[in-house]
This record gives sequence, C-alpha cells and structure tokens, in this order.
Amino acid sequence: MSIWSNLGLVYALLGAAVAVFLAGAGSAIGVGIAGQAAAGVVTEDPSKFAKVLIMQLLPGTQGIYGLLVGFITLSKVGLLGGGAAALDPQTGLLILAACMPIGIVGLISGKYQGMTSAASIGIVAKKPDQFGKAMLFPAMVETYAILALLISILAVNAVQI
Amino acid sequence: MAVLQMQRISICALKKDRKAILERLQSLGTVEMNQIADDEAGFEKMDTLNARLSFEKKAQLSENALAVLDTYAPEKHSLLSSLEGKKLIGKDEFNQIISDKQQVISDANELVALNKEIAENKANILKLSNQIESLSPWLSLDVPMDFKGTKKAAMLLGTLAAGNTEETVYAAIAKHCPETEALDVQIVHSDKDAVYLVVFCLKEQETAVEEALRAAGFARPSQLAEKMPAEKKADLEAEIKKLNMRNSLNEEEIRLLSQNRQKIQAVGDYFRMRASKYELLGTLPQSQRTFIVSGYIPAKAADAVRKAIGDKYDCVIDTEELKEDEEPPVILSNNGFSASVEGVLESYGLPHKGEFDPTTIMSFFYVFFFGMMLSDAAYGAIIAIACFIVVKKFPRMEEGMKKSLKMFMYCGVSTMVWGVLFGGYFGNVVDIVSGTFFGKTVTVPALWFIPLNDPMRLLVYSLAFGVIHLFVGLGIKGYMLLKDKKPVDFLCDVVLWYSFLIGLILMLVPTDIFASIAQAKIVFPPFLNMLAKALAIIGAVGLLLMSGRENKNPALRIALGAYDIYNITGWLSDVLSYSRLLALGLATGVIASVVNQMGSMFGKGIVGIIGFAVVFIVGHTLNLAINLLGAYVHTNRLQFVEFFGKFYEGGGKPFEPFKSDTKYVDIKEENL
Repeated sequence: MSIWSNLGLVYALLGAAVAVFLAGAGSAIGVGIAGQAAAGVVTEDPSKFAKVLIMQLLPGTQGIYGLLVGFITLSKVGLLGGGAAALDPQTGLLILAACMPIGIVGLISGKYQGMTSAASIGIVAKKPDQFGKAMLFPAMVETYAILALLISILAVNAVQI
Repeated sequence: MAVLQMQRISICALKKDRKAILERLQSLGTVEMNQIADDEAGFEKMDTLNARLSFEKKAQLSENALAVLDTYAPEKHSLLSSLEGKKLIGKDEFNQIISDKQQVISDANELVALNKEIAENKANILKLSNQIESLSPWLSLDVPMDFKGTKKAAMLLGTLAAGNTEETVYAAIAKHCPETEALDVQIVHSDKDAVYLVVFCLKEQETAVEEALRAAGFARPSQLAEKMPAEKKADLEAEIKKLNMRNSLNEEEIRLLSQNRQKIQAVGDYFRMRASKYELLGTLPQSQRTFIVSGYIPAKAADAVRKAIGDKYDCVIDTEELKEDEEPPVILSNNGFSASVEGVLESYGLPHKGEFDPTTIMSFFYVFFFGMMLSDAAYGAIIAIACFIVVKKFPRMEEGMKKSLKMFMYCGVSTMVWGVLFGGYFGNVVDIVSGTFFGKTVTVPALWFIPLNDPMRLLVYSLAFGVIHLFVGLGIKGYMLLKDKKPVDFLCDVVLWYSFLIGLILMLVPTDIFASIAQAKIVFPPFLNMLAKALAIIGAVGLLLMSGRENKNPALRIALGAYDIYNITGWLSDVLSYSRLLALGLATGVIASVVNQMGSMFGKGIVGIIGFAVVFIVGHTLNLAINLLGAYVHTNRLQFVEFFGKFYEGGGKPFEPFKSDTKYVDIKEENL
C-alpha cells in the first residue's frame, strides 16, 4: 500500500503527532523551568517539598491535553481498534487542522505557565501561607490551554468520517 | 454563614491577680489583644523584654535538645503521623512536669552539651586520621622521627620530588659538597607524589649536606613525631578508638535521656506560653495597683469570660460595641458542611468589615463544580472514603487540615454522583474488562449521558451553570448594596446588568448559532422575543446613562457608560471560562480510557491479568492525582476569579486570640 494512496491517514496521524509532541514539549519546558526553581527552594527548606512539587506539576497538564487529543484522534480514525478507516486527504487535513490549537497553544502556554510557576514558587518560598494565591497565577495561563483543548476536542469530534 | 459579631472587652483588675487572670485568658483563648488607654496619666508599661528573652531562650534550648534527640534517637513516625495533631495531656500531668522544670532544663542542657562534645570528638577524630595519613609513608622507619642522631652522626629526614633514587641523591650531594665522607641515604618510601628518605651524615657536615639536599628540592616534614612512626600510629589509633568509644557512650547517654522527650516538649511549650504572656504583659497599661487589659472578643464568648474571671477576682469587666472606625478581626461561623471550604476562602482573604461572608453559597458551587471536573464514580469513592477514614482515625488533627480533608470528602461524594450521571467508573473499565477477559462487552449505562458522545450538550450545560454562578455573584452584590442602603447603586449596577444580560441571553437562544451548538432549535413565542429585546435595550440604555453617574460632565458620563457596556466582553469571557468544566471532565474520562486500553493490550490469560493490574494501578493513580490537582486548582479559580470578581473584596484580618500557643501538647482544661 503506497503512502500516496493513503494520504488521508497520514495527515490524521500527523495531527495526532502535532498535538502530542508540541503540547508535550511545552509541558516539558514548563515543568523543567518550574522544577529548577522548586529544587532551589528545597535545598533551603526541605519541608516545602510537597507545596513546590504541586507548583511544578501545574504546567504539566498541557502535555496531558495533547495526549488526550492525540488519543481521541487515533480512536476516531480507528488506528487503535485495528481497522483503520479509509480517509481521503481532505478529511485527513481537517483532522490535522483540528489538532493544531492544542499543539501550538500547549507549546507556548506550557512554557509561560512554567515561568509563572517558577515565580509562584518564589512566593511559596517566602510566604508559604499564601499558597492558595500563588497557585492561581499559573492557573490563569492554563485557561488558554483549556480553551484550545476544548476547540481541538470539539473539532476532532465534529469531522465526519 | 456569617461573620461573628465582635465586641471590645476591657478588664481592669488588681495587680495581685495579674498572673492568674492572664493565665485564665490564655487558656480560654477567646480574646484578641488590642490595648487602649495607651498614654493615660498614671499608667505605665512594664519592661518585660529581659524576662521574655530568657523564656524564649529556654524554649529554644528545648528545641535544640529535641533536635539532638531526633538525630540520635529518632522517634518512629508513620507516614500519616503528621495528621495526628498535638498530644493531649491533663492539666495535673502538665503541672507535674512543670514543677520539675529545672531538672528538665538541665537535661536539655546536657543533651546539647553531649551533642557538642560528639561534634568536637568527631572533629578530633578527623584531625587524628589526617595525622595517620601523613605518617603512613614513614611507617618502616625504626627510629623516632625527631631523632637528633648519635654523638657523631646526624639524621636528616624529609622528602624529595618523585622519581629520585638513592643514586640521584648521592649524586646531588656529591655535586654540591664533594668533601662529604660518610654518608648513608635510605629511601623509606616512594609514591607518585614524593620520595621519603633518611640521610645519615657526620654531625659537622650536617648543614652542608642539608644545603645540598635543599638545592635538590629537599623538604623536612611539617610534623615530626617524637616516637617511631609505627608506634605513633598505634597511639593515634588508640586515641581515635577512645574518642569513638566516648562518642558511642555519649550517644548511649542521649538515648537514655530520650525518655524525657515528652517532658522536654512540655517544658518547651510552657516557656513558649510564658514568653507570649510576658510579651502581652509588656503592652499592658498598669498603674501602681491595677492593670487594664483590652481586646476583641466574639460577642457570644463574652459571657464565658465574665463568668471565668469576673466571678473569681475583684475586677471590672466592660464589654462595648465597636466604634465606627475600628476594623475588628474576623471569625467565620458556618454549618459543618460549609465550614469545610473556609480554608479556600481564607486563602483568598477573609471578608472585610461589613462584607457578606460568601462561604455557604460558595461551598455548594465548590462541591458541585469539583465533582463535575473530576466526574468519575470510582475516583470519587476513593477520595471520599480515604478522607473519611483519615478524618475518623486522627480526631485530634489540626483544625485547618481537618477542614480541607472534609472538603475533599464532600467533593469526592459529588464526584461520585457526577460519575454515575456520566457513566464513568475508572473511565470505561467495565467495558474493557468484560470485553477483554470475558469476551462480552458490558456497559454500565450513564444515568444522564456520556459527555464524550455529546460534548456540545455538556458545553451548553457548563456555560449555563456558569451563568447561574455569575448571576448569584451579582445577586450578592445587589444584596450588599441594599443592605448598605444604596438603592440607586443597586438599581444601576445590578438590576440594569441583570436586565441587559437576561435580554441578551433570551435573544441568543432562538438564533441559529445557538441551535447549532445545542443541536436543537428552540422557538420562543413572539412576546418573549419582544420581552428579550425590551430587556436588553432597557439595560443597555440604562447602563449608558447611569454608569457614569458620579460625573457631572454629560459627555464624560456617556463615555463612561459606553465603557461599562463594553464590560459585556468581560462577562462573555467569564462565562466561556466555565467550559473548563467540560474540558477537565473529558480529560479525566479519556485518560482513564487510555489507561484501560493500554492494560488490555496484554491480552487474556494470567500474563494479561497481571499486566492489566499493573497498568491499571499505576495509570489510575497518576490520572487521579493529576486530575485531582487540576480539579482543585480550577475550582478555586472559578470561585476566586469569576465568582468573587462580581462582588467580593476580602482583606479582613483573621482573628488571632491570645491563647496557649503550644507546639507539642494541648493542655486539657478540666472545667470547660
């Protein structure tokens, strides 16, 4: 089976890949940035470990959203159940487009959420009782990843196969 | 659902009762101190700094002693022991320990001293080991290192650069002082850094030979043992052994003293309490025979203080309502269910003076939204049961912690309900297990509908819940404005917005856009369409004219009104923000399905079952953890940003009563 005769499936798979790898990369960057700050706090005060760990995890959700969209895409085109659907290139491209929002927003928001998390870890280091407020700043950034996730899910679901 | 009414209580009493009254107040713990009558004539403040410092020093000493105990005789802690809370001991037992406080303090001192000695010994051992290290090349030398020589012969001891041999040394000496007659060079040891050698020569030639050797790079060792190196080494080793033994004796002694741990904790708490009492004492205005203490007290606790102090001692107790300009501390008072989310409110900020306490209303929305975001019956059951067990098992845990756990318990129950409604039990585990292992797919039907099959429907519901949440927030703002007797503000800032928004929503519902989202065409009767338009127009015009009402300039007023109408975009983004209810709910379900699917890939049979079990446990633990965090963070956000944004300011000061501020023990009061 030539790849050219099955271009639709290739596009769809590319969509799943974009969602998983861009959003995952964003989360990796974000969690990495926050983790450096968290490690710094723990060297000074190991008792804050649990709090800063939660902060570090906050930018990790984009990767999960990417995974989610990737999974929905795979199950939509039937790659998970065994019998892959025959897609025309047009439908494949539609799915690719549907995966774009979470991929791109996930990448960018993951990075910036990580930076915000690192700053919030600074709050926790100095004023541990302000944990609740500190947690909100990274959550603000995540809003846009959630919006992108929503559109990606709705769009993937809406494409007719 | 309220903020407790505060009063000011002032007690004027005789100095002879000072200690007793302050201690009673401390154990009651219902008054936040706030002194008045600062510069009244005849009243002075006492300088208690020194006494306080000495108590704090003793408290610190007990802390240090406990740290020593933790190093050498650690207590066994279970993972959940941090939830146990402080130990409860009876007043008599406490007093008995305190009567022995000199002994306990000297024990603590001894612990600290022992620890210091251990540290010093360890430093010494390190020093001695270094000496042994520097001695080791000389071990085969069979004279003392500082041996001066015999009557005629002299001994030179030292090192040369690596690579020298006996021949090169002889050659070097011969080159610089050829007249040397008797000479004996012995290499004791050589390694990659240096050559260790002994040179014997005649006494009168000693200087010349040494000069010659120095030219070749000869250096005497910095330390010369007065004994033969091997003997010296044995001595040093014996010394180290002795120090080690001393240390183990010291450690043993520390372990023996560790049975006093509780006493040290109690005495530390005693001194902490006294320190805080003296801190207060320093702020009290006192005359020659009397003193005055004043502070805030919850109105309903005033009688208890009156009874506990007024009936026992000669004093005047006066309670009065607060003055207009006073900003009293805040205590919330809520029913058991709503009180569990007080911690969430506190992390945003307590209500300021005269502000409505939103805890009760928030608690329902909080639990509702939390459950919707997690929405898995099995996850909910796990959370609810785990929190329930922990709360029951550790009844003395810290109050704030208890509230949070209770909150998660209620949220777990709500999660369970939503899970049943949406048909989520560990995602789709029932389908997968029955399909993989029993060959026949069984599905637990959703009580309502499955979100993944009909996401648009749930989106509409999410936004609708959001509109309700926001409208309630706006309603509370209206209620507060009415309570403050500002009917004009109520009309302009609340009623007009309601009219505008409801009108817009009613106009939106019959449109095609809404129909395509909700997948159902809703047709209103014509009068309702008219009403919608009328409401929206009244609202818009009203806002345009009234929002800038504080400005006299009509042009500016209209401009401000137009700007206020522009806030409709804020409302739109607030409502859209509730789409996270759908997104996070889907995330939980889909990831759970991924986990199940991965588990089922091992196929049937024993391997399949084991593989499935491993993937199931690891995967669902991770999914639960990450989505629990997500649900918590985003429920908070919906409350703080969207809901509180409509009406709540916060900024109240928490109530911090003068109380027994202990760290390890709680003292039980007999007559409470």
